[in-house]
Amino acid sequence: MAFISSGYNPAKPMEGRISDIGPRHFGEYLPPVIKDNFGKWKYHEIIESGILMHVAESGAKTYTVRAGTARLMSVTHIREICDIADKYCGGYVRFTTRNNLEFQVETEEMAKELKTYLNDQKFPGGAHKYPVGGTGAGVTNIVHTQGWVHCHTPATDASGTVKSTMDVVFDDFQSMKLPAPVRISMACCLNMCGAVHCSDIAILGIHRKPPILDHKYLDNLCEIPLAVAACPTGAVRPSKIELDGETYKTVAVKQERCMFCGNCYTMCPSMPLADKDGDGIAIMVGGKISNRLTKPAFSKVVVPFIPNEPPRWPTMTKVIKKILDTYSADANKYERLGDWAARIGWERFFEKCELPFSEHLIDDFRDPAYYTWRQTTQFKW
Amino acid sequence: MAKHKTPMLDQLESGPWPSFVSDIKQEADSRAKNEKGLDYQIPVDCPDDLLGVLEMSYEDGETHWKHGGIVGVFGYGGGVIGRYCDQPEKFPGVAHFHTVRVAQPNGKWYNSQLLRSLCDIWELRGSGLTNMHGATGDIVFLGTTTPQLEEIFWELTHDLDIDLGGSGSNLRTPATCLGQSRCEYACYDTQELCYNLTQEYQDELHRPAFPYKFKFKFDGCPNGCVAAIARSDLSFIGTWKDEIKIDQEAVAAYVGGEIAPNAGAHADRDWGAFDIQKEVVDLCPSKCISYDGKLTIDNKECVRCMHCINTMPQALRVGDERGCTILCGAKAPILDGPQMGSLLVPFMEVNKDDDYQEIKDLIENIWDWWMEEGKNRERIGETMKRLGMSALIDAAGVPVDARQVQEPRHNPYIFWKAEDVKGGWDRDINEFRTRHQR
Repeated sequence: MAFISSGYNPAKPMEGRISDIGPRHFGEYLPPVIKDNFGKWKYHEIIESGILMHVAESGAKTYTVRAGTARLMSVTHIREICDIADKYCGGYVRFTTRNNLEFQVETEEMAKELKTYLNDQKFPGGAHKYPVGGTGAGVTNIVHTQGWVHCHTPATDASGTVKSTMDVVFDDFQSMKLPAPVRISMACCLNMCGAVHCSDIAILGIHRKPPILDHKYLDNLCEIPLAVAACPTGAVRPSKIELDGETYKTVAVKQERCMFCGNCYTMCPSMPLADKDGDGIAIMVGGKISNRLTKPAFSKVVVPFIPNEPPRWPTMTKVIKKILDTYSADANKYERLGDWAARIGWERFFEKCELPFSEHLIDDFRDPAYYTWRQTTQFKW
Repeated sequence: MAKHKTPMLDQLESGPWPSFVSDIKQEADSRAKNEKGLDYQIPVDCPDDLLGVLEMSYEDGETHWKHGGIVGVFGYGGGVIGRYCDQPEKFPGVAHFHTVRVAQPNGKWYNSQLLRSLCDIWELRGSGLTNMHGATGDIVFLGTTTPQLEEIFWELTHDLDIDLGGSGSNLRTPATCLGQSRCEYACYDTQELCYNLTQEYQDELHRPAFPYKFKFKFDGCPNGCVAAIARSDLSFIGTWKDEIKIDQEAVAAYVGGEIAPNAGAHADRDWGAFDIQKEVVDLCPSKCISYDGKLTIDNKECVRCMHCINTMPQALRVGDERGCTILCGAKAPILDGPQMGSLLVPFMEVNKDDDYQEIKDLIENIWDWWMEEGKNRERIGETMKRLGMSALIDAAGVPVDARQVQEPRHNPYIFWKAEDVKGGWDRDINEFRTRHQR
């Protein structure tokens, strides 16, 4: 490999340097119909699963074909998306907040033709490349984190759990049969880069063993005060230890105070948490972001722990499918998963979803815990 | 021929959902063949080694990535996340495998020319693997070596006119819904405000000066497609003050079954005929709608939940006196539990003509307070909890308003100030004793 210079001169880093320019202006990338009718849209309709029609005050129409992606994608895949955009959409394409693709076309016929084409594209192993769906009262794509693909604190994999889950709920991605939209999210540790705390169904990686301490190296690899300060519960304190006749500056961990967040490991690589038996998945449900009908709501933990079962996490996907199907059969039209559970009562939710209720599900973390306990004589048998 | 055997990952190639394993394999093949004759600037087989190390994690149930150390581009304190493999001998192609966050166009609209240009840089100088997009909204380039960072930055800024995104204790890359570009609900131009503030605060985005991360998100309406209320330290959510506009003919068409309710979102199940009383009137959270052959909305009582508009988008439209509601302090659970944004400003005009000055003044007041009062690694939501909502309201310089609370306080422990009380707090004990014996 011969180093190819971009033009950057390491001896003079400021020479010709361009910085603080931000993103390109979005206006450069709007398809003509979008640009022409910007701010003048009148209404929209979902023609069928995966196809939206937007109508402008001018009478102009645009059809959107929405398709799922794996989020983790190669440049080969992106170039193929570009080829599709060039062929069908004048070169324009959009990504959604939930990692879907959106292609704008001019007519319903073109939208249906593109839908068929996208649904026909498969990887050699048989998986779809661009499954069309993700609209209306169905399951749309999962927003997620990096997991074992690229993160230092995950308690599980993200891409694998997402693929396994979407395979199981795929029918609900390609149809609109549910009482309301169901947003599934995935984060691979408590830090929740994926912010799954307001999702209808959240897959959350959790650790259950406190950090191991690499005493002989800790003071060389870490700033001890930062490791101490990183702990949300004050479980980490500076300490000294005698090993093989030598004294080492290190930290001590009050293990019963550990909430298994991994913040110490982020600050100090001599405090790893990962453990095959300790790590796994918690399932949270009933959160939402929209203000529609009811207020935005946090997700609640309904399954405290499911072991990691790569490559397909069968116990986890079975639980998710059971919750989704029970909700689908029981909820009212327009009722989000959390609103359904609140209406029937959480005691009934556990019964209907055939999930055990354990002490792990009673909040004991600081002040907010109190507001989750029952302060009424109203409950259901 | 695959470099590593990956029997577990191979099982993720079947099933209908797009397979990231198949895609990484196709990139590995493309690099091995190298039909374009590229002089790859990082190991050709890095996608193979990524599959290899991932298979190892699938076997042993633990990650093999180390947190990054300090890598980045000159003068920036964010935008690059250092990443090293803890099995570099087995997987040399990913021994050094840093993430580069690239600023996405707001609303995530692209043309193929831009995407192809990004791919060209990343194929030559990185793994060829990406996330489209990261959780905060950036384009994420997944895996390159330290010597390539300045080269990538140079090519992005010089050839594509694109900057890096945020990481660390910075302003993170702001994100927005698609707003007025293709949504009739958008109450303000989310993309333009997002773009304007992103440009205004480039320094805060690239150079860590905050106690911790800070996120802006912009939702055009209370439906909240970009999750501002849950995921941003400062949320700008479109709203309106005046009346919902009603087209009675279209209402009749919904009632008559001529238009599918909820924009067709329930089409694949037979829910029976649309019942406006049951599906709209009875569900209204503030019970401000009635229907007697004609739809009436008591707009003064409306809380703008969007349900009636979502259910009959051809009949109802958001009002004309539009702006945004601003909420502060949302975050994921670490540390003290999850927080939603708390309402700080019920209504603010989104005024491009004065370059959004009112919004910028508010932001800067809030930042000044947080930078003064916030502890290291404390999100502003936590500072608010520690010092109180009133302290934020005061610092932000906005009026106190009953809309800022769900209900008044449950305890009478009011921290009165001396100036609140007639005569202040300086009292004379001797004067007191003229009225009360010891």
